[in-house]
Amino acid sequence: MILKFFHHFGRYILMLSKAVARPEKFSMYWKETVRQMYNIGIGSLIIIALISIFIGAVTAVQFSYQLGGTMIPPYYIGYIVRDITIIELAPTISCLVLAGKVGSSFASEIGGMRQKEHIDALDVMGLNSANYLITPKIIAGLTMIPILVTVSAFVGIMGGYLASVPTGIITEEEYVRGTRSFFEPFNVYMMYVKAVVFAFILTSVSCYQGYYVTGGSIELGKASTNSVVFSSILILLADYIIAVILTG
Amino acid sequence: MIKAENIFKSFGENEVLKGISTVFETGKTNLIIGRSGSGKTVLLKILVGLYRATSGKVWYDDVLFSELSPKKTKPIRSKIGMLFQSSALFDSMTVNENIGFPLNMFTNMTSSEKQNRIDEVLERVSLEGTNNRFPSEISGGMQKRVGIARAIVMKPKYLFCDEPNSGLDPKTSLVIDELIKSITIENKMTTIINTHDMNSVMEIGENINLLVDGHLAWKGHRSEVLRTDNDILRDFIFASPFLQKLRSKALSNTSQ
Repeated sequence: MILKFFHHFGRYILMLSKAVARPEKFSMYWKETVRQMYNIGIGSLIIIALISIFIGAVTAVQFSYQLGGTMIPPYYIGYIVRDITIIELAPTISCLVLAGKVGSSFASEIGGMRQKEHIDALDVMGLNSANYLITPKIIAGLTMIPILVTVSAFVGIMGGYLASVPTGIITEEEYVRGTRSFFEPFNVYMMYVKAVVFAFILTSVSCYQGYYVTGGSIELGKASTNSVVFSSILILLADYIIAVILTG
Repeated sequence: MIKAENIFKSFGENEVLKGISTVFETGKTNLIIGRSGSGKTVLLKILVGLYRATSGKVWYDDVLFSELSPKKTKPIRSKIGMLFQSSALFDSMTVNENIGFPLNMFTNMTSSEKQNRIDEVLERVSLEGTNNRFPSEISGGMQKRVGIARAIVMKPKYLFCDEPNSGLDPKTSLVIDELIKSITIENKMTTIINTHDMNSVMEIGENINLLVDGHLAWKGHRSEVLRTDNDILRDFIFASPFLQKLRSKALSNTSQ
């Protein structure tokens, strides 16, 4: 078990070191990076927005229930929705969803290329296949996922508004007051640190699972599943470590 | 010329190649033949640098290719073309983009120069006008020809073909064989073909290397195959009763 862990970890580091190299031709890599940015950014926008609106809405409803009968003023709902969305829900839930959507597609795409000998074809041509296939995906992830997390945080807060103001839980003035109270810019910084770290984890782990796939369609399916499982576990572990480091 | 010197290759406990030494000559169609599992593909992948041999050397003319670091293999790799068993065409790219990929990646040619070269190789493989079609829109034989076009677009010195006839009908196989042979002669390339297609052996086998259980069991020209007294070769080439009858008939005709 421990040996297996070190085997995979070593191979993961080797793959990353191979992927970090000077591009053969910048224009070709740029084209591939833009293609991946479009796939991640535009391709995931609707699902992220949809999930975020419900996250915000549920948070608002749950907190209004929790605060019922207490001395805490109702505008705290806006404050709590804002902070919990920015600090935790937007980066973590969005990246867990993206691990399923983007991560599994990366693992399948690269794994399929391995099985169809596309990666061998690139290697024979003298192209660094890890560099060409993995680096654009990681760069696209590192740029687009923080943007998606920003969208998620904004839509989440809007979701809280929609669940609490039109339904009469609190007034619009109270909700806006809540979202503008006790604002700590450091929380936004923490959100972006999480978004970048999670983006790196989900893109690199998924690429690793696809790049070393062997066998047939069953193994490809396994690689796709493993990419989601391992990315999710590592994201949650990293979430805890970042929380301890940045709030300690 | 490509030379393999005492190549051994093991995967864990399993020793696949057991000391292969042979020379693949320039301007000839060099064949590696053998049963499934005899080590043909492993040998081809070692020759092309996709696998590292456990021990032994691979020479490309006077360059010791097997000892070079991946970075230093680049000048040699730019002279290698390879046709894969599955054609390995990129599904998301058109025929034009597939063939133009190495040109886009490794050359500073202008767009019109690139297009001219793409059209030239497409004409060479008789696929003019297919530029904008996707691999899924063309037949298996056409995919192989696009694979050949992509392999030769950089004017390689060395051409590797991994089972170029697999999955093709006999007539299309013949077209592919003839194409590979004529391209080899035209461009004075060192061509190495990994096959178990007996038609290919008898049609284009100029330097045939028979592998049996990781050993080189026989080496020679196709003209020697019919009269060979090597039991292993005979059993392999004329495996079916039909081919055995044909061989007996051919031999009796030539002796009369």
